[in-house]
Amino acid sequence: MTDTVGIVIVSHSSDIAKGTADMVRQMVGSEVKVAFCGGNPDGGLGTSVPLIIDAINAAWSPKGVAVLVDLGGAETNSEMAVEMLEPARRDLVVVCNAPIVEGAVMAATEAAGGSSLAQVKAVAEELSAD
Amino acid sequence: MSVPSETFKSLVKAAAEQVIASAPELTSLDQAIGDGDHGTNMKRGCEAVLGKLDAISAQPLDEAFKMIGKTLVMTVGGASGPLYGSFFLAAGEALSHDKHLPEDLADVFGSAVNAVSARGRSHVGEKTMLDVLVPVLETLKSAAGQPDLIARVRSTAAEAVERTAPMQATKGRASFLGARSVGHVDPGARSSCVLVQAVCAGLEARA
Repeated sequence: MTDTVGIVIVSHSSDIAKGTADMVRQMVGSEVKVAFCGGNPDGGLGTSVPLIIDAINAAWSPKGVAVLVDLGGAETNSEMAVEMLEPARRDLVVVCNAPIVEGAVMAATEAAGGSSLAQVKAVAEELSAD
Repeated sequence: MSVPSETFKSLVKAAAEQVIASAPELTSLDQAIGDGDHGTNMKRGCEAVLGKLDAISAQPLDEAFKMIGKTLVMTVGGASGPLYGSFFLAAGEALSHDKHLPEDLADVFGSAVNAVSARGRSHVGEKTMLDVLVPVLETLKSAAGQPDLIARVRSTAAEAVERTAPMQATKGRASFLGARSVGHVDPGARSSCVLVQAVCAGLEARA
């Protein structure tokens, strides 16, 4: 199997993260590595930097990883998590400015075709274009 | 000059304990204009810092600040984790690069505030913690070396937090409320004020 960009879903809610990942897998099966996390370090609504780092590493691909987030804290924590990755991986992870469910499905579908990280990000972000 | 590790430890402890004691108020402010988790998030982060306080204060000052920052990043669980985490990481970074406390306090604090601004892509006037941190920085610069510096910082922080009430939020969850965010003090500004005031009180008690 050729390498495909990995997809990470970061929601404040573990239910939303899991549900989004289920929808992605329905579209792309196991062609694309998908990891997700949701909830703060105590398991309540929120996001957690260590869990995001684990998810990025779980979805790791030499072609990079695209991260889809829901609300502000998920974005800020994801950006922080990327900075805390080992240096060789930092530049191969992008946080997409896209709606989490639609963005994840579109990004994964694009990734399944073997597209680059930049292409995957661009397709997800078309959803946010005016 | 340098800061003795016992002084540092007592100030960190006082600040963390004060934030923990303020958690119900922070949560209540955040319930008004946000998602209502600021108090519990800050409490969780500060408890983690207190749990590591012996290890933190055994480090050189720059590493101690970085450990506080990293602990907040890894445990807070909301946007305030990376925001406060970046504050302390940047302060530690400044101290690793030829800055010293207490003499370079304004410079170190300035680096920390810039890191918060960059992390949040936010500026003063947007109803955030920066609306306390930036005025405090200005007082640290303008009143540097003055005998009443601590008192001025305290009053700057107290006045600045109240000035967030009439502001309309354009960053963070509160921005979803638009004009309805007006009339409420910003919870992040309030937690910044609590931290600044606790450090001031600790310094006054030791003076």
